[in-house]
Parts: sequence; structure tokens; C-alpha cells
Amino acid sequence: MDATIIASAAINGLLLGGIYTLVASGLTLIYGVLHIINFAHGSMLMLAMFGVYYLLTLLGIDPYLSIFIMVPAMYVFGYLLYKGLIGRLSSGKDENILLVTLGLSILIENLALMFFKGDSRTILVSYSDRMVELGPTLVPLPKLISFVVAMVLCIALGLFMQRTDTGRSIRAVAKERVGARLVGIDVDRIFAISYGIGLATLGAAACLMMPIFYVSPSVGHVFVLVAFTVVVLGGMGSFLGAVVGGLIIGLTESFGGLFLGESMGQIGISLIFILILLLRPSGLFGARQ
Amino acid sequence: MTSTLKPVPWALHAGVLAVAVAFPFVFPSSFMVNFGVMALFYAFIGQSWNISGGYAGQLSFGHVAFFGVGAYAATIVQLRFGLSPWLGLPVAALAGALVGGVIAVLSFRAGLRGSYFALITLAFAEVLRIVSNSIGITGGGLGMLIPLKVSSENFQFAERSGFYFLILVMAAGSIALAEWLGRSRFGAQLAAIRENEDSARALGINVFAEKVKVMLLSGTIGGMGGCFFAQYFLYIDPLIAFGADKSVEMLLVSMIGGAGTVYGPLVGAVLLALVSDVTRSLTQIQGLSLVLYGALLVVIIAYLPNGLIDLFTRKRRRRDGAKK
Repeated sequence: MDATIIASAAINGLLLGGIYTLVASGLTLIYGVLHIINFAHGSMLMLAMFGVYYLLTLLGIDPYLSIFIMVPAMYVFGYLLYKGLIGRLSSGKDENILLVTLGLSILIENLALMFFKGDSRTILVSYSDRMVELGPTLVPLPKLISFVVAMVLCIALGLFMQRTDTGRSIRAVAKERVGARLVGIDVDRIFAISYGIGLATLGAAACLMMPIFYVSPSVGHVFVLVAFTVVVLGGMGSFLGAVVGGLIIGLTESFGGLFLGESMGQIGISLIFILILLLRPSGLFGARQ
Repeated sequence: MTSTLKPVPWALHAGVLAVAVAFPFVFPSSFMVNFGVMALFYAFIGQSWNISGGYAGQLSFGHVAFFGVGAYAATIVQLRFGLSPWLGLPVAALAGALVGGVIAVLSFRAGLRGSYFALITLAFAEVLRIVSNSIGITGGGLGMLIPLKVSSENFQFAERSGFYFLILVMAAGSIALAEWLGRSRFGAQLAAIRENEDSARALGINVFAEKVKVMLLSGTIGGMGGCFFAQYFLYIDPLIAFGADKSVEMLLVSMIGGAGTVYGPLVGAVLLALVSDVTRSLTQIQGLSLVLYGALLVVIIAYLPNGLIDLFTRKRRRRDGAKK
């Protein structure tokens, strides 16, 4: 096979992986701290994407500027959702949280279907079709931007966890819940903050994705299994893992499509997910239990 | 979940069966019979989920894998090998059991529990969907159309009530199985595993073997449900066979009706069929019935962990308590 085809598949895979990293970084944070599997992650992304869509179509706000609205808005939404609903209803059992978040995702998705109808929508901005030359291939500028910002965002999240007091408290709660409570950390608040940050990353992801992707009430489905695969592959709770995992999954999808065809090519992601869970559940960078 | 330990009185079984048998005679319109078929069908595949998810506590998000494999196995036997569609039923049961066994052995061998098991089942169903979408024998993305040839030897009944009584027998069998689980040693072992796997092992229960067994059973039921579905609608494609929404519906009907109870899936399925028919006839709004169902699931987990059926048993328990 031609080397330029392979090179351009690799570049496209990496760019796609950037988007997956973006979606998965919030999921890995939520899992790493709360040890809960947020099944509503995909539908929250969908909500954020509709937010970006309406900010542009109703108020004329550019998707990239919407970051400054969507990130705090999703943070507050996540914080309140955890405080008011998820934390209270699940009474701490991990399977209950899985089911509560499943119930929430069914609820949110179908509410979206009621209000926004089922059709896919895209937005058009002046830079939608701008292409840049990258090695042997042309890539859309918004894709490149989303990739760069995704990487910056993961580094920023990593620094936040290492350097700030809140980040240290989050890590303390993740490691040793009871101990953290004993040294005076408000564990419930840290849970809500982590859930809020997890959704805030989705706010950023939505702003970066809208110029290149579509939104529909079921768009979250596209990302649920992929995001879980990235998180499991990288290691639950690891941002470095989210980056490496996202890129590997992006490449897998791109090369899967190239070598196995459109339909069978999708199988790589699910197979990686199964194999990792069966053989190395701690992932590439996760702490072994 | 204590309700599983308390057997359902025989009079209740007889009453429910009598109502179910009388239903198509009281409401003979094809709309109503179709309603009954769908309610019983969801009760049947819901019981498949309930046996492993409710009785044994092995939460699955990918139960549609059994359903889809059964649907395809039966249809392939009929269309590709030209055998009687009735043979599809045992073939589907075997195929479902096989997939259930393979998933169980792999996942439980690796020690996956709780949320991890739920997610890996989802991934297995997804793999099956992609494979069925990509290979020739399943008809790929176009799916398979079963030609219409009405005769009961051909699994196609002239009257809808033929399908109704078939699915009634299947659903009654699945309820009998659940009842047996509530009374048998096997069922008690499953309950022990559900409540605390480590203590169950300490008690000498072979946790791995029992969990594999329950998945074999669950897969058998799911596979048969797939065969029925394919013959009722005469069509199957990868999204119908392996779509995540059916996994969710199987989970929903048993969680909402009452996971780990004999009649949970039936109660949940009748409610699901009612709610979706009523909302569809009253409004044109898409998605309303699932909004109600999603909200109901959240409420149930928070306040009624044994499902709607708890509303009745709780009253009975209180009355029993008052007598003493």
C-alpha cells in the first residue's frame, strides 16, 4: 500500500484520537475519583453540543468563544447534578450509580428528542472548510485546533491535580476516602467538584467539536463505548493514559477502516476494550490493584 | 432483596395464567392481541435479564447479544439451510446458551464484577453487531427477510392469536423457571452470590460455576426470544438484533417491575407496552414514553430497590406482620 495513504491515515487517526482524548479526560477523572462509571457521559456531551449550537444560531456566539460560557455552565450543572441527584439517590453503591446514570441518560436523551427532534444538525462558520497542509495530506483547520487544545487541556488538568489544593484534595479522596475525611476534607464536596470538572471538560469538547461534527439527540452513543475504551486502555484515572489511549484508539479506528473496510473496521475498538478488561484491567498507566 | 425468598402463592399463578389465557378472547382485535404479544415478549426477554441480573446480581448492559444471536441462528437455519423454522427455536436456544457461556467463562475467569461486567457485555454485543453487519451469511447491513408463507408448520399463524399463545407458553415457562429459582438450592446459591460474593465463596459455593450456569440459562431464554421476534416480524438486521436499546429495555422491564422477583419482568413489560401505546396514541411527541421510563428507573433505584412489585408485597408483608 502507498506510503502517503498510510501516513494520511495515521494523521487522521491521531486527530480523531485528540477528540476521543477530550471526551475521555472528563470520564477518567470522574472514574478515578468517584470510582463510578458515568454512563450519562455521552448524553451530557450531547447537551453541551446543543448548547454550543444554540449559542451560535440564536445569539451568534462563535463556538470557540462559547468555551468561556460552556465550561463554567457545565461545571455548575455537573456540581448541582451530583449534589442534588446522583450522590443522593445512589446511596454510595457503585452499581446503583451506574443504573442512576443510565436512567439519567435515557431521560436526557429522550427529552432532547422531544424538544430538539431527531434530525442531525451541523453549524457553518467561516473557518469550517479551511484546510491546512500537514505532511502528505490536507486536514481541516478546526480538527487541528481541537487536537492541540485537547492536548493542552489534558496537561492543564494534570497540573491542576498536581499543583492546586483542590487537586490534592481530589487525589486524596481518590486514594483514601476515609483518611481524607479524617484530615478535614469535605468528601461530598470533592465528589461534586470532580463530577463538575468532568462535565466542564465536555463543555470544552463540545465547543471544539461542533465546527467539525454534527449534533443529534443520539450523538452520545457514538462516544460512550469509545470513551470507556480510551479510559480503560489508558488506565482509569490517568490523564496521560487518556492521551495515549485516545491516540491509540484514533489510530485503531483509522487503520481499521483502511484495512478492514468501513463496516468491519469498527470492530477494533470493541475488541481492544474486551481484551484490556480481560487481560489487563488496570490499563496501560493505571495503578495495579 | 428479600422478596425472592418468599414463594408466590399458587393461587396467584393460576389467576395470572387465567387472565392471560382469557385476554385474546375478551379483546380479539388485532391491535389488542398485538399489544398482548409485545407485553409477553418483553416479559420473556426481560426474564432472561432478570435471571442473571436480578437473581444472581450480574448486571448486564449487553443482554441483546443472546437475543440477536438467537434471531440470526434461527433465521440462518431456515433461510440458508432450508430447514423447518420450528427447528430454529432449539437452535436459537443453543446459540444463546453458547454465547452466554462464552461471555460468562471469559469475563468471570478474569474476575470481572459489577460495572466492569456490565460494560464488557455491552462490548460483546457491539462486536456481534459489527460482525453480523459485515459477513455474508447474515445478509450484512441489509438484514434477512423471511418470506411470507402462512401456515402453522411454517411458524406463521393465520391468526395473530397463534403467536399470542406461543409466546404465552414461552413466558409462562420462563416464569416457572424463576419460581423454581426462588425455591431451589441453585436459586439460594445465586442469592448468596448476589448479596456478597466473597462470603458466598467462603460458604463453599462454587461461585464461578454457578455464575456460568446462570448465564447459560439466561442465554437460552434470550436466544429463544430472538427466534420468536424474527418469526413475528419476519425481518432481522444488525441494529434490530444487536441494538443497545433492546439491552436497555430488557434491563428496564425487570428493574422497574422488580429485579429478582418472579413477576417483575411481566409487570415491567405490561407497563412498558401500556405506556408506549398510550403515549403514542395521545401525542405525536417522540421519546415521551422513554422519558417516563428513564425517570421511573431513577426513582425505583432510589426508593423502591425491589421494583414496583414491592408496592404489593410490602403491603402483604405488613398485613402478615399485623396478624402476628
